[in-house]
Amino acid sequence: MLLGLDVPPISHLVRWENLFGTSGPFGINKVVLLTWLAVIIVLTFFFIARKRELVPRGSQNFAEAIIDFVRNDIILQTMGSEGLYWTPFLLTLFSFIFVCNIFEIIPAIQMPVTARMAIPFFMTMIVYFIYHFMGIKHQGVGGYFKSMLFPPGVPKALYLLVSPIEFITFFFTRPLSLSVRLFANMLAGHLLLVTFSILTAALFSATYIGAIVPGSLLVALYGFEFLVAVLQAFIFTILTAVYIGGSMHPEH
Amino acid sequence: MHHLLMLAAQDPGELQKGLTAVGRGIVYGGAAIGPGIGIGIVVGNAITAMSRQPEAAGVARTTMFLGIAFTEALALFGFVLAFIISG
Repeated sequence: MLLGLDVPPISHLVRWENLFGTSGPFGINKVVLLTWLAVIIVLTFFFIARKRELVPRGSQNFAEAIIDFVRNDIILQTMGSEGLYWTPFLLTLFSFIFVCNIFEIIPAIQMPVTARMAIPFFMTMIVYFIYHFMGIKHQGVGGYFKSMLFPPGVPKALYLLVSPIEFITFFFTRPLSLSVRLFANMLAGHLLLVTFSILTAALFSATYIGAIVPGSLLVALYGFEFLVAVLQAFIFTILTAVYIGGSMHPEH
Repeated sequence: MHHLLMLAAQDPGELQKGLTAVGRGIVYGGAAIGPGIGIGIVVGNAITAMSRQPEAAGVARTTMFLGIAFTEALALFGFVLAFIISG
């Protein structure tokens, strides 16, 4: 209760009824439908844009801009030219997360799919297995654990302190922070928009003039949330690139 | 204070709800202090680097976002923890 407003509990804001009479773990609700929609949008967009004209126009132009961004600003900055093998994977991650995030500010949808823990967690699990697998494949089991737990250039006595920290970092902190970062950012944005919408609606029904300030702030927040949606997709992708690149080539 | 305690003694459920709300506020507020300072340092130094060497601005910007992401994670743990706490 704030100024006599009824802010609904958080479970009402992100939990949706099952549709079409489904229930249990296979229940289909709004979030599931939106996830499918995101997959379809990404697939359709790149399918339409795949014609190879020398002078790109329309959707091909846009697709090439995205690919260029993933290639130059994410992969070449963090993994070097050998990382170009991972362009399709990182491009898929970036596009999918961006479309999932942008549902937050599309009128009449207004629900970021990534504000439910399941999807960030699932994508993080994929990344988690890939970077451990790539580390073992490139350095062997012993070499990978050696470069992970005993980074070179540290005085011998400090390994007592460094090795447990590195172990926790690689196995727990990295996947936890990667998934929670995306999830919490989108959830916080969703709650922010909900709070300001409720405030605006309540002030508009009570005093018409009072709604001007929260209303204009709400519009500004929509722009800010667009920025957050792009930035979070970018950060998830670039951290994936850093983790994979780091396990392929340890620091010397 | 005495008056509040008397009120709370009449309805322990309300006291618990109130203390949970206070705890949530403290958890998130405390978790936001360090990352707030940290992000300030990261961005400030990135701007210094960019203005000293404008030709290396791309590298500085990418590294800045990475630094922000690592620092910000702590605040977000606090944000999630604040919702996990239940009375």
